Amino acid sequence: MPNVRIPTPLRKLTEGKEEVACAGATVRAVFDDLDRQHPGIKARICDDAGGVRKFINVFANEEDIRFLQNLDTPVGDKDEISIVPAIAGGRDVDVEPAAR
Amino acid sequence: MLPITRPTDIATASIVDLVGNTPLVRLRSVEARAGTGAEIWAKCEFANPGGSVKDRAARKMILDALADGRLAPGKTLIDSTSGNTGVAYSMIGAALGVPVTLVMPANVSAARKNITAAYGTEVIFSSELEGSDGAIRLVRQIVAETPEKWFFPDQYGNPSNPGAHYEGTGPEIVRQTGGRVTHFVTGIGTTGTLMGTGRFLKGHDPKIRVTAMQPDDALHGLEGLKHLPSSIVPAIWHPEGIVDDTIWMPTDEGWDMSEHLVHEEGLFVGHSSGGNVAAALRVAKQAGPGAVVVTVLCDRGDRYFAPLSWDRKQIY
Repeated sequence: MPNVRIPTPLRKLTEGKEEVACAGATVRAVFDDLDRQHPGIKARICDDAGGVRKFINVFANEEDIRFLQNLDTPVGDKDEISIVPAIAGGRDVDVEPAAR
Repeated sequence: MLPITRPTDIATASIVDLVGNTPLVRLRSVEARAGTGAEIWAKCEFANPGGSVKDRAARKMILDALADGRLAPGKTLIDSTSGNTGVAYSMIGAALGVPVTLVMPANVSAARKNITAAYGTEVIFSSELEGSDGAIRLVRQIVAETPEKWFFPDQYGNPSNPGAHYEGTGPEIVRQTGGRVTHFVTGIGTTGTLMGTGRFLKGHDPKIRVTAMQPDDALHGLEGLKHLPSSIVPAIWHPEGIVDDTIWMPTDEGWDMSEHLVHEEGLFVGHSSGGNVAAALRVAKQAGPGAVVVTVLCDRGDRYFAPLSWDRKQIY
């Protein structure tokens, strides 16, 4: 099954898991299965119209799906899908104390 | 303290001298949106020689360390950055002969990777999934392994970072507004701009309202800014007595304002600048006639609008 790599701000929805194996032949189907396994996560990735939020980048292997077929981009069993937010800091688990 | 007025036709021996003393620009189209008679002004930090507000902190952190010996020949400057501080370190390092190594998340924009590389800086990439906190953890690990090799300014914990704004940005705003500034609002990343400028303004006139802007969610698109409830809290963050309010900014509101600024004001600035002006607009709506609201245009937009890509094999 394709593997989905989860960014730190969304790992509270995946019980801290960095990668989740999901069934599906397109990015859309993979995200639907991800949402079945971890309810609510798709709404964080996609907006109300169903598209990927514009400040989030989704990569199939190392290609930005905006330059492929977007959510209809086909994915194979050994493919890796990465959800990458803007460079921003911010995570919802294991918050460390200040540096000093 | 009396701010120094620098002539605009200055001729100087080093680019390092050209950091700061940025122009202040009035945003009349945003004032019109507020419709309350409040004035809105913005510091053009993109006019710094390295192209961002980060030139100020980088210069002072390096000069202070050279002055007290923390940085000496044989040491390499290393820090984590999502980009602009890296450009600033690289520029000042090149000008002063200080070698620079940077730790960046692998998904920083290609433009900034290319800029830092042009200065001869070595770049180490951290995971693109972990954002700036991943880069912070990696640089701490590298420094802990070979501490004698590095000068680690630690922009999140270095008092010279807010110090640059206490000595520069704050006095400049008072001078450029003729002392009329009533409100200051800016987003927080390292929190240096807000801490230093805010502390100066509160000391100048405790009635000046200081507002922090933060992204409204851990997962956001206001690059460079931090959602503190879900982040490693910077050690220089001491809001007590300085910060009066916080505005929680949705990414879309900041991005929309970036588009407004380029279309209506000719200001092609980054998303953090859009977030700042969107926050200034909210403040101006509340404040009403007579208010003089000042915010910060952190950098230009041309560092962002390129397709993101990275090479996994480069990640440390």
